[in-house]
Amino acid sequence: MPDFLPEDSVGIVSPQRFHFDEPLTLRSGKVIKTYDLMVETYGELNAEKSNAILICPALSGDHHAAGYHSMDDKKPGWWDVCIGPGKPIDTNHFFVISLNNLGGCAGSTGPASINPDTGTWYGPDFPVVTVRDWVNSQARLADRLGIQQWAAVIGGSLGGMQVMRWSISYPERVRHAIMLAVAPKLSAQNIAFNEVARQSITGDPDFHAGRYRDHGVIPKKGLMLARMVGHITYLSDSAMREKFGKATQEIKEASLNLGRDLRAGKLSFGFDVDFQVESYLHYQGERFSETFDANSYLLMTKALDYFDPSVDYDGDLSKAFAKSDCRFLLVSYSTDWRFPPERTQEIVTALLKAGKQVSYLDIEADEGHDAFLLPVPRYMQAMTTYLNRVKQEVAS
Amino acid sequence: MRADLEIIQKWIKPGSRVLDLGCGDGSLLAYLRDNKHTIGIGLEIDNQKIDACLHKGIDVIQQDLNKGLGNFETHSFDTVLLTQTLQAVHYPDLLVEEMLRIGKNCIVTFPNFGNWKSRAYIAFKGRMPVSDFMPYQWYDTPNIHFCTVRDFDDFCRAKSIDVITRTVVDNKHRDSAIIRAFPNLLSEIAIYHFARGHQGDK
Repeated sequence: MPDFLPEDSVGIVSPQRFHFDEPLTLRSGKVIKTYDLMVETYGELNAEKSNAILICPALSGDHHAAGYHSMDDKKPGWWDVCIGPGKPIDTNHFFVISLNNLGGCAGSTGPASINPDTGTWYGPDFPVVTVRDWVNSQARLADRLGIQQWAAVIGGSLGGMQVMRWSISYPERVRHAIMLAVAPKLSAQNIAFNEVARQSITGDPDFHAGRYRDHGVIPKKGLMLARMVGHITYLSDSAMREKFGKATQEIKEASLNLGRDLRAGKLSFGFDVDFQVESYLHYQGERFSETFDANSYLLMTKALDYFDPSVDYDGDLSKAFAKSDCRFLLVSYSTDWRFPPERTQEIVTALLKAGKQVSYLDIEADEGHDAFLLPVPRYMQAMTTYLNRVKQEVAS
Repeated sequence: MRADLEIIQKWIKPGSRVLDLGCGDGSLLAYLRDNKHTIGIGLEIDNQKIDACLHKGIDVIQQDLNKGLGNFETHSFDTVLLTQTLQAVHYPDLLVEEMLRIGKNCIVTFPNFGNWKSRAYIAFKGRMPVSDFMPYQWYDTPNIHFCTVRDFDDFCRAKSIDVITRTVVDNKHRDSAIIRAFPNLLSEIAIYHFARGHQGDK
């Protein structure tokens, strides 16, 4: 619980629910007749409605990006390091919008919602949504708020893919596209990890073909496993060595510990948890399984797997950007092995080929894929500098 | 304005696309944008200089020139610039070839090692020159490929590169008749505007 709210916090915030009655046709051809989006906003929209920034969430990110819901909250929103008064995404100047995407499980319409056709919850019948579908739904949200053009659309990882889609599908509605820790599409290795996650969930005896709620259970074990394997890909080898290599200072200094801290100080010679890293993954998996919906997780990983904006352009990503009219900032992180710098550079190259205005930073960071969520000083500085320019543009 | 910018900007067509290799704090690209309405992109590896570019609203790509320019399309820029960096790259010949591939024309500036001061320094002191202008020792200098005006002329001839304009100046970028008369001896900075297959439309 925060004893007091830090000065650079957006403070206590409450989510808003937006209801949409106009049917949304998905990429798959299926239609969602009506839906809700859960949204949080920070800062004030100016009279010209020109200072709005959209935050596109990553896989497990929801609408709660910054601030606290109550003084009892243990932690602020998932991107509080970046959003707030005086922070890189400065709420003194920008009107920031964050949402839970369709198919999610934090209040927006998703597998845990009631299907109006059947009167029972969607479960596995919720249609597969893609990044394109999300962006279309976000555009309707912008319409609702009267925002013609975003000052910037910002996102990391799966969120960065939504930013890319915005610049392609709605070129006239984006001034700046900021993509962090992103790839133009998943590699076979990326898809393989996602498939392990999906198999963990669907193979759990409590999954019941996705209708687990009817049986009063959740596929907890499967969801835990899915999160554990995902979590490993978010961290770097060096970050894990650092995090779990604190037990013996001398060994740590000689870099010989490799993050092999023991949980109980000695080996058990059994098959239970011996090392800190195991216990940490269990904890992360457990916590995640209590808050995240298994069907939503399956959907999110599919959205990742399917993402490839070049499919409509003979596989040439630069052609996809032909109509894009915004300026681009891309950032990669040196130890990210989920979407390594080379993958982000593929997008930079496509943008250059398309003759677009692009800046690219390759940040030295030990934190792996997760670095985009963390206050890495060099990265925070670059975001601040870049968005200060956007601030000036919006003001003039 | 920096004196070298004054010279270079004359060769840049208004509204053209400019790529600045080793763009530093982006002041050249900012000047060209503000005065020539160019669309520019800079390449830089230094974090602070990149931040200075972003501050000016100059697009910058964090990229090491020594790792090639394969991500740039052939003839995707009007002018490719390389100011005071040629002597610091691993393969100056390959980089110049890449510049000619990417740009319709190119501008290179470099310190002339054939200058009388460098010659005198070596002749009388018997040591590699160290000056306020080039303050490094031989072992820690980023400048690993020094050349002279005469060397670069030979290089252009051997590589069939057409020199459109050659300007030679002192270290304050001042031009004078005496420097023009003895470029390799008196100039401290050489500025070349060149292309390949140039039709002489200047």
